[in-house]
Amino acid sequence: MVEEDSLKQQSLLAAWWSMVMRDLTLAMRRRADVLTTLFFFLIVVSLFPLGVSPEMNILRGIAPGVIWVAALLASMLSLGRLFSDDYQDGTLEQMLLLPQPLSVMVLGKVLAHWLVSGVPLVLLAPLLGIQMGLDSSAIGLLMLTLLLGTPVLSLIGSVGAALTLGVRGGGVLVSLLVLPLYIPVLIFGTGAVDAGTSGMDFEGHLSLLGAFLVLAALLTPLATAAALRISVE
Amino acid sequence: MVFKNTIAWYYFSSPKNFYPLAGRLIPWFWGLAVILLVIGLYMSFFVAPTDYKQGEAYRIIFIHVPAAWMSMFIYLVMACYAAIGMAWKVRLADMMATALAPTGAMFTFLALWTGAFWGKPTWGTYWVWDARLTSELILLFLYIGFISLQSAIEDPRRAARASGLLAIVGVINLPIIYYSVKWWNTLHQGASVSPTMAPKMASIMLNTMLIMSIAFWMYTIAVVLMRARRIVLERERQAGWVVELLGGKKQDASRET
Repeated sequence: MVEEDSLKQQSLLAAWWSMVMRDLTLAMRRRADVLTTLFFFLIVVSLFPLGVSPEMNILRGIAPGVIWVAALLASMLSLGRLFSDDYQDGTLEQMLLLPQPLSVMVLGKVLAHWLVSGVPLVLLAPLLGIQMGLDSSAIGLLMLTLLLGTPVLSLIGSVGAALTLGVRGGGVLVSLLVLPLYIPVLIFGTGAVDAGTSGMDFEGHLSLLGAFLVLAALLTPLATAAALRISVE
Repeated sequence: MVFKNTIAWYYFSSPKNFYPLAGRLIPWFWGLAVILLVIGLYMSFFVAPTDYKQGEAYRIIFIHVPAAWMSMFIYLVMACYAAIGMAWKVRLADMMATALAPTGAMFTFLALWTGAFWGKPTWGTYWVWDARLTSELILLFLYIGFISLQSAIEDPRRAARASGLLAIVGVINLPIIYYSVKWWNTLHQGASVSPTMAPKMASIMLNTMLIMSIAFWMYTIAVVLMRARRIVLERERQAGWVVELLGGKKQDASRET
């Protein structure tokens, strides 16, 4: 019995791992998709100095907010890739039939999605921070908040992506569903950087972002799994 | 007695039995809504005293505050119906959630609009990024998301279940959003502008507000039951009793699909 249980666990882990690797491989074979999102992030941020003012003092003030909002939009844009290909070629139906719990598989897919679309945003943030006149400590803090926050965005976004699978106008619709739910992450992500640059305590913000991450990692895979079952049946 | 009640709940959760019951209840709720609204409006315009600080402009709160209460409460009720519909696969609960959304969105909009009208003479501006205003605005976005997801999906059963799940996700997020916005607000600006009223509100004002809230409740129930009846007919149009009820109109109903 004990052996059987451990065997089950092994197979769950193996299935989860192969799901992550599969999605990463697929993403690596279609690098253009990833790069498009990254360039979108870059372009949106570059529009702000042109639209608002090239004055470094003003830019420094709005930089955390601008970079965070651009990250929000970029991660939302990439949500379309999360399930739609699998939905169209029937892989998703096979996933629903797996003996392993769907929510765990979803967590694997979201992890792969974050590695491909979230981590590059974190890595690109310092470049944009320099452009916007942030100093190095603020840039470090910005990267830290993005590191904690972007997985939450991917997790919450997965619910929206699953709900709008195969729906006409799904791309725009998903923004309507998901952006209001992103607001707490935005508030504490930018709040931490603002607090850090004005010399206030920012640990509370980071703790809250971490709490959001834990909560989202626990709850959203269940909601996404339920949404996938609704969408595919 | 309790046992009998349980039976009645099950009995009326079937769309077939709900339809005539709702039809009989609607005039009563409309009647109550109109009577209470007349009393409430009379009290708010003629009985309630003029506020010594805000003058006559404050009277809009008799619409504003009940509308804001309703906007939040309806979302909660909607999510409860969605949860019931999801857990026990009660079709009628899904339909009630669908029927509640437009009224909730309407009250949210009304609360924002009257708030802006109250803010202009009182704060000197139509809009401030105050915690309550901002979270009310986000609530409006959540309602709009619910309604647009519902209308984007063709299959009504999938639409009901998908938007129901969204309502449940939203209701878990609402307190998080509310407290985030509140904290964000206190960090960014002092509490110099705050819509809290004087703590000692005249009891006549409180009573008027309560009467207006109950009037809004009655209106909501009446409108939601009316909308739910339409939804029942639309979604159950294949059922025998609907075809019978509509007589020869079956062709019309099937042509709409």
